Amino acid sequence: MVPFAGYEMPIQYQSIVQEHQACRTTAALFDVSHMGRLRFDGEGSEQLLDHLLTRRVSGMDVGRVRYGLVCNESGGVLDDVLVSHLETPSGSRFHLMVVNASNRDKITKWITPHLADFPHVTMSDRTELTAMIAVQGPRAIDVCGKLFSKLDLTKLRYYRAVITEQFSKPVIVSRTGYTGEDGLELIVRAEDARRVWENVMLAGREESFQAAGLGARDTLRLEAGMPLYGHELSEAIDPLTAGLQFACDLEDRSFIGDQALRQRAAQPLPKTRVGLELAGKRPAREGCAIVDAVGQAIGEVTSGAPSPTLGKPIAMAFVPTELAEPGTEVTVDIRGRGQVAHVTPLPFYRRSR
Amino acid sequence: MNPAELLYAESHEWVHVAEEDGQKVATIGISDFAIEQLNDLVYMDLPEVGKQVEAGSEFGEVESVKAVSPLYSPVDGEVIAVNDALTDNLETLNEDPYGEGWVIKVKVTDEGHLAKLMDQATYQKQCAEEG
Repeated sequence: MVPFAGYEMPIQYQSIVQEHQACRTTAALFDVSHMGRLRFDGEGSEQLLDHLLTRRVSGMDVGRVRYGLVCNESGGVLDDVLVSHLETPSGSRFHLMVVNASNRDKITKWITPHLADFPHVTMSDRTELTAMIAVQGPRAIDVCGKLFSKLDLTKLRYYRAVITEQFSKPVIVSRTGYTGEDGLELIVRAEDARRVWENVMLAGREESFQAAGLGARDTLRLEAGMPLYGHELSEAIDPLTAGLQFACDLEDRSFIGDQALRQRAAQPLPKTRVGLELAGKRPAREGCAIVDAVGQAIGEVTSGAPSPTLGKPIAMAFVPTELAEPGTEVTVDIRGRGQVAHVTPLPFYRRSR
Repeated sequence: MNPAELLYAESHEWVHVAEEDGQKVATIGISDFAIEQLNDLVYMDLPEVGKQVEAGSEFGEVESVKAVSPLYSPVDGEVIAVNDALTDNLETLNEDPYGEGWVIKVKVTDEGHLAKLMDQATYQKQCAEEG
C-alpha cells in the first residue's frame, strides 16, 4: 500500500501484469474512490462550467458525459476532468465533475471565487461521502448488466451516465474509463461501497474478474495513450501540445485560457506528445531525456513502462514537432546509456469492437 | 545453495562465501523475498567481468513493471564471473533464486564487510517488518 492523495492505495493486489491482462481479456475492478467528485447544482451551473472548461457544457443532454480541461489564463492545464449531466429520480438535474485526486484541492480553490458570479450555483465536494469503482474490460458490461434491475446496461452508450440503483441503493453508472477497454465507473455512497464491490466481484467470479491496483491502471492507460496529470499534463503544458485538440472547443466560445489557446493554435507547435516503442527490453521511465546526435537533450519521456500487451517497452514523450512523425528514430538516454526508440502512433493499443 | 547458510544484506542481496584457490570468493544473488516483492521482472543490467565493486556500491539493476531497483554489492572486490544467462531468462530468479539465479561472483579483497551481513534468522525478521 502506498499513500496517494490522502488515500492508501495498492500498487498491485497480485501482479501488475496479471491484473493488466485480466482487464484486457475479462475485466478488472479498480477502487478509484480517491478521484475527486464535485457536484454543481442550481441555475447557472452550465454557464459556470462553460467558463471554466475547454469544452461546452451548456446544451449537453441529460445522460451525457464529456471530457474537458480546466486551464489557467495562459492556457496551462490545471486538470483534465469528466463532466456528467445527471438527473435524480425525483427529477432534479445537476452536473458532476470528476477531477484528479491530486488536483482536487487546487480545483475547488480555483472554482470557489467564480461562484460569486453565479449566485444560484452551489458546488459541493462529494468525494468523501461517496466511493468510486471502475469495472473495466470486455466482459464488464455483460456481467454487470445483471446487477441493475432497473437499467438495461447494453442500452447505456459510451460516454453516457445514469442514476439507477443496485439492490435499492443509489448508484451513478457511467460508461467511461481509463484503460482503453469498454466498461463502467460506478459512484456509490461510501457506506455501500464494500457491498457493491463484492457484488461485482461475485457476479464476475466465473469470468475471473480481478481486483487491480495503481500499477495496472498506469500500464493500461499508457497502452491506451491516455495522458496522466503530472506526467503528460501540467500547468506548464497546454492542451494542444499534449495532443488534446479534440477536447478544446475554441469556436464562438470564451472560457478561461481561450485567448492563449487561440494564439497557440495559430502557430506551429514547437513540441508534440508522441508514443515511443523502444528497441531492447530496457524501459524508459519518466524523466529520461530524448537526446540528439551529440547527446543534447531535445525532449523528455513523461511516462514509460514495459507494455504487457505488446511485450516491449513503450513510453510517451514530448519531442520537437519535426521528430513527431511515426517511424522517426530517436535516442533515449536511460540513466546514461543511449537506447534507440521509434515514434509510434497513439494509442499503442486499441480494443476490438 | 542452502538459504539457511547464507549471509544477507539489508538491501536483500544474499552472499555465499567459499574458498577458491586460496582466495575468498563471494557468490551474490537476490533473496526470494526481494524477487517476490519486485514481481513482474522485465529487465536486468549486469556488470562486466573485471569491474571493481565496493560494499554498498551499485553493481547492476533489476527492473520490474513498476520500478527500477539497484543491486548493491555486499562486499569489496573484483567481479570474476557474471551470470549473463539471467538477462534473457529472468524467470530463473523466481524459480531458483539461490541456485541457477545467482548473479555475480566477486573475489573478495576486504573481508571486513562480511561481518556486517545478517544471518538468515535476522534477515527474515527484517523482511517480516518490511512485508
